[in-house]
Amino acid sequence: MNLVVKNIIRLTLMLAIQVFVLNKVPPLHQFIVPYFYFVFLLWLPFKITRTALLFVAFGFGYLTDIFYKTPGLHVAACVFLAYLRPPFIKLLLPKEATEWGNEEPSRKTMGQLPYITYVVGLTLIHNFYLILLEWLQFGSFLYFTGKLLATTLVSLLMIIIADLLLSRNSRTR
Amino acid sequence: MHNVFLFLRRYSVFIIFLVMQIVALVMLFTDNRFHNTVFGMVSNVVSGNINQRVNRAEEFLSLSEQNKKLREQNAVLLSMMPSGILITDSAYKLVTDTVKLDSLKEYRQYQYLSAKIISNSVFLQQNYIMLHRGSAEGVAPNMAVVGMDGIIGTVVHVSENMSLVMSLLNRQSKVIATLKKGSGLGEVSWDGKDPRYLLLTKIPKTVVIKKGDTVVSSPYSDKFPPGLPIGTVYKVEQDQETNTYILLVKTAVDFYNVQHAYAVKNLLQEEMNELKRKLIKE
Repeated sequence: MNLVVKNIIRLTLMLAIQVFVLNKVPPLHQFIVPYFYFVFLLWLPFKITRTALLFVAFGFGYLTDIFYKTPGLHVAACVFLAYLRPPFIKLLLPKEATEWGNEEPSRKTMGQLPYITYVVGLTLIHNFYLILLEWLQFGSFLYFTGKLLATTLVSLLMIIIADLLLSRNSRTR
Repeated sequence: MHNVFLFLRRYSVFIIFLVMQIVALVMLFTDNRFHNTVFGMVSNVVSGNINQRVNRAEEFLSLSEQNKKLREQNAVLLSMMPSGILITDSAYKLVTDTVKLDSLKEYRQYQYLSAKIISNSVFLQQNYIMLHRGSAEGVAPNMAVVGMDGIIGTVVHVSENMSLVMSLLNRQSKVIATLKKGSGLGEVSWDGKDPRYLLLTKIPKTVVIKKGDTVVSSPYSDKFPPGLPIGTVYKVEQDQETNTYILLVKTAVDFYNVQHAYAVKNLLQEEMNELKRKLIKE
């Protein structure tokens, strides 16, 4: 499948899952908010340029904001994640962006340990920035730390499940 | 000049990143009316259409529940029919939603505009509700929104056919409230913990409060019609630092399951605003 078409479909699905499913699931506690949509940015192919990645993140964040009625909150977090993604990959795998084919980050392409580090690190970065911005508007320090930890754990759990269910990269090779 | 271009090219990614961050943070933190209106309109147009379609499916699943509620409300309305009430000659009737100018004229103060709720959330920290009725059908910002059981929220943005309501379950929402059986003026807000309970603060400790007391909208509010239920007191706590209570209030409206609402138009709002403006001018 064409890379662009595939990612557009993925974008729509991620947004739909986040807004119409995860947003409506009753949470166990106020700290536990399931954020899954940003995985779209984690799964974009390696070879995307930094500028393109930033613009995709901006647009994606804005779409999420439209449904969440929070102007700027998800845009800021997505752009922050997109800016830090390429240096993070380079740190884990010393390889130029142009050297990659159509692969995207996964356990197979990156290796088990680097992929886990990549996902945990960027999830933490995204949630940290998102909840920090929310904390600046209201809440206490306990609210911030508690929500950061609980939310990140839930996000990671969902990413693990998604990775086990979907066999990505199997057809592109 | 050459160096400037070299600098721009070298740090182009970082500059784009900075610009995007600044745009996002300005959107988030400034209370700019123009920007709010634009965002509200864009988001209403884009998400309104999709939300409407999703809502159609969701509504189907709760049809029987909604039916029951409508029947209950019908029963309440029917029992209020004049044929069901016996008035002896000396009796007089007090209608709360009308303002009497003199003994001859009666003015209607509140008009109820029915609307369907097409999107709703209760699990976020800032929850909004979207109504399928907009400026073309008479909804304006700052109108009150009430449900069958009580207060729901306040209209914040309006587009042509949709409007966005800040529900009581929003950390920025504040509504003046009072206790049905007695004095005390307080403020209803939400602490973001449990969508079933609201907080009522600023009620002085001199007022006697018991669990189960009804909390209603205050007559001093210029948006909400007085006496509409907000909830019932669930837990009474004494604030150690001040001379007031902190009350946990169970919401009258079941926010998990609202499908229909009424936007309330205050017909005297213009007149009230006019008076207030005079005060500012002085």
